[in-house]
Amino acid sequence: MDHPFAITLDVGTSLINHTGSWRTLRPEYVHRLPPCNHACPAGEDIQGWLAYAESGNYEAAWRALTENNPLPAVMGRVCYHPCEGACNRAALDSAVGINSVERFLGDLAIKNGWSFKAVAPPSGKKVLVVGAGPSGLSAAYHLARLGHSVTIKEAGPLSGGMMRFGIPKYRLPRDVLDAEVKRITDLGVVIEYNAKVANISEAMVAGGFDAAFLAVGAHIAKRAYIPAGEAAKIMDAVQVLRSMEGEDRPLLGRRVVVYGGGNTALDVARTAKRLGAEEAIIVYRRTREKMPARDFELEEALEEGVMMKWLSTIKNVEAGSITVEKMQLDDKGFPQPTGELETLQADSVVLALGQDVDLSLLEGVPGLEVKDGVVQVGPNMMTGVPGIFAGGDMVPSERTVTVAVGHGKKAACHIDAWLRAKTYVPAPKHRIATADKLNTWYYGEAPKTLRPILETVRRTSTFEEVVKGLDESNALYEARRCLSCGNCFECDNCYGVCPDNAVIKLGPGNGFQINLDYCKGCGLCAQECPCGAIEMVPEVV
Amino acid sequence: MTNPVATLAPEEAVQKLKYYQKGTFTVGNRLVAEAERSVQASRDRSNALTCGHRACQGCGEALGARYAIDAAMRASKNNLIAVNATGCLEVFTTPYPETSWQLPWLHSLFGNAAAVATGVAAAMRVKKHNEVRVIAQGGDGGTTDIGFQCLSGMFERNDDVLYICYDNEGYMNTGVQRSSATPPAARTATTAAVGPEPGNVFGTGKSVPKIAVAHNIPYVATATVADLHDLERKVTKAMGIYGARYIQINVPCPLGWGAASHDTIRLARLAVECGLYPIFEAEHGKVTQVRKIRRPVPVADYLKLQRRFAHLFRNGHEDPRVARLQAICDANIAEYALIDAAAEDA
Repeated sequence: MDHPFAITLDVGTSLINHTGSWRTLRPEYVHRLPPCNHACPAGEDIQGWLAYAESGNYEAAWRALTENNPLPAVMGRVCYHPCEGACNRAALDSAVGINSVERFLGDLAIKNGWSFKAVAPPSGKKVLVVGAGPSGLSAAYHLARLGHSVTIKEAGPLSGGMMRFGIPKYRLPRDVLDAEVKRITDLGVVIEYNAKVANISEAMVAGGFDAAFLAVGAHIAKRAYIPAGEAAKIMDAVQVLRSMEGEDRPLLGRRVVVYGGGNTALDVARTAKRLGAEEAIIVYRRTREKMPARDFELEEALEEGVMMKWLSTIKNVEAGSITVEKMQLDDKGFPQPTGELETLQADSVVLALGQDVDLSLLEGVPGLEVKDGVVQVGPNMMTGVPGIFAGGDMVPSERTVTVAVGHGKKAACHIDAWLRAKTYVPAPKHRIATADKLNTWYYGEAPKTLRPILETVRRTSTFEEVVKGLDESNALYEARRCLSCGNCFECDNCYGVCPDNAVIKLGPGNGFQINLDYCKGCGLCAQECPCGAIEMVPEVV
Repeated sequence: MTNPVATLAPEEAVQKLKYYQKGTFTVGNRLVAEAERSVQASRDRSNALTCGHRACQGCGEALGARYAIDAAMRASKNNLIAVNATGCLEVFTTPYPETSWQLPWLHSLFGNAAAVATGVAAAMRVKKHNEVRVIAQGGDGGTTDIGFQCLSGMFERNDDVLYICYDNEGYMNTGVQRSSATPPAARTATTAAVGPEPGNVFGTGKSVPKIAVAHNIPYVATATVADLHDLERKVTKAMGIYGARYIQINVPCPLGWGAASHDTIRLARLAVECGLYPIFEAEHGKVTQVRKIRRPVPVADYLKLQRRFAHLFRNGHEDPRVARLQAICDANIAEYALIDAAAEDA
């Protein structure tokens, strides 16, 4: 070929120069487990559904959410959101308001009438669920979706368990609970009310059930021996909260003393205020720091005028008054009596000292192990009896609605596998996307949206819901605060920052791919990835 | 833990919706329309400087050049000619007979890029190719030292050329020698870290952006590879202006600065955030906009990642020169008002 003067080679492109051979480290796209997902007792893929919500696709978000948890509107109100406690955004400004977005989605689903769909064809198997509380409903939902025929036998007249008979209306309006339960029954789950199971073995044989899930909860109030006069009025918290659901509201009087330091004690005291009590005093034998109740619930109670009597025990109850003894914490943090006595005016005393499980339905069933008043289950939620599983408050647990829902789902997976003579193996968990894996430079400043709350004045006189929900604009804002820890959100940073043009953008939803012919392994993509979804791994030589 | 139910009136709770929770600083953002995203986020970007070039791993200059030329090509609808001074950018992109450039590209000498570009622009005008725009580009050596006379001539004649200087603060191609853009105290092959004044001498060097502003040309800007949106906006704006324009882009050099290849953008970011590299734009001799510091850092955070400044932190002891460098940063922050008074109080 003829070349001009002093030219000997044809001009070519640098593409023939495969600079990938320089590389010692190779970038790989990875998924890491977001800390919120890791912390969620119900096993929700929070980052996953927030990703749908932030693009405004609320139905897809709700569907992704309800893959794991069928009660988002309930959960968005009563969950103690450990997810927010784990959120990496807290170090940046404040945690993402996951709980409020969940509630927004749950309420929207009720408003728009979105319904559940089964994911597997009918299996022909029958499962008995005992108890229509959060754990039983969750298990029933998952089992029904997996194609099994589910019957829930509920001892009480209404569904919801402690969600209805333990959590006051001002925290969980009953129409919300009813709507979410209805969606589960619409899926084909049958709930039989006033159907207390006396003996589980007999009930299974009688109904021809292939497996059973027990979730009877813990409804028997613990008692403490307190010397009391004949006219003294002593009630227990479960009884008080339960009677709130009936026609006759409990008669507590003008001055109410609640004994205990858990969330139930606060619920009772706040309920008493709403029923017209002038004084609602909580007597607790230890200090505020040691109190098992959640901080924000205590704050809300104090705002509503509930009074606290720390480091005190009730010695004696008479008609119209009680005697309390001052306590002192010893070196180990245990309260010890001081002998110092005080008299308080009280028309009634409500004991909120925790609850026990009614285990009568298990009597005479061989192989069941009961320890410390709760049923022992294996890692697959199965009791010592093959085919009988248990969850919720009746097994060793933290006793929250969220944990119960998580138990229901977990048990359902194992029951499904057991019915199909298989073993359920959960997908291996990714490593956690800790804060050090993030490049937070790329996240804009966006402080948390606070949920509007009802005026304190109105709170103490009505049972109207205290915490209000977000509207669409601030729910979307809140969803978009998610950092998407450990999972690519297609920000194009890797595609943009590569000096070698060696990242291939595959288009919406498809992510990216490294062009290993040219990637020199500089590591800029991994370093500048906001969410820690790229890892540099050594090349095999 | 923050209390999720702090008292707040409902109307205050409804905040203005932002569409950029994640996308404000990232290259792209799946939540906004394609047209509103950066050039670099597009699958159709021209990749003016394509794969297979021989720049070092993590090269800031290769990155800066693609950012700038891709934006300029989009702004000029691909009617663009680039003239290159001698330097890394020329050497690593065009080892005979290969080229990485996806646009007409010329190289003549080390010092005459501005003059050659002036000539190309004149030729286009004579040939009535008024739609064709011309860019001259080079490193800091070819711009602030060797090409300075031609550059100043191009400015004073107000020739229709956008000159882009990729500033990596030294002659990196020939083995890391000092240039008039090398910062004080930096170790280079010609300013060794020995003797009573180790590294580059304080009080030397020059600010070509300021000199360009003094020419009263239509547009002068500094930019950084750490802020793509700002860089693309400035290049696009410059392409919409006729006459002499100058953009200087801070491009960290992993080799010459003695830094990890994955820290290139981080270093560029820290250089801006500590105040050592003020980012501003000026029109017709007046500074019209500055890029505020978002997360202020002490200059030591920037210096410690680079071996060229390692002698300032030997044996766990901080050299007094660090304080002098900090004083330069503080002076820049004051001169360009890089931190809002309100933000400083907060």
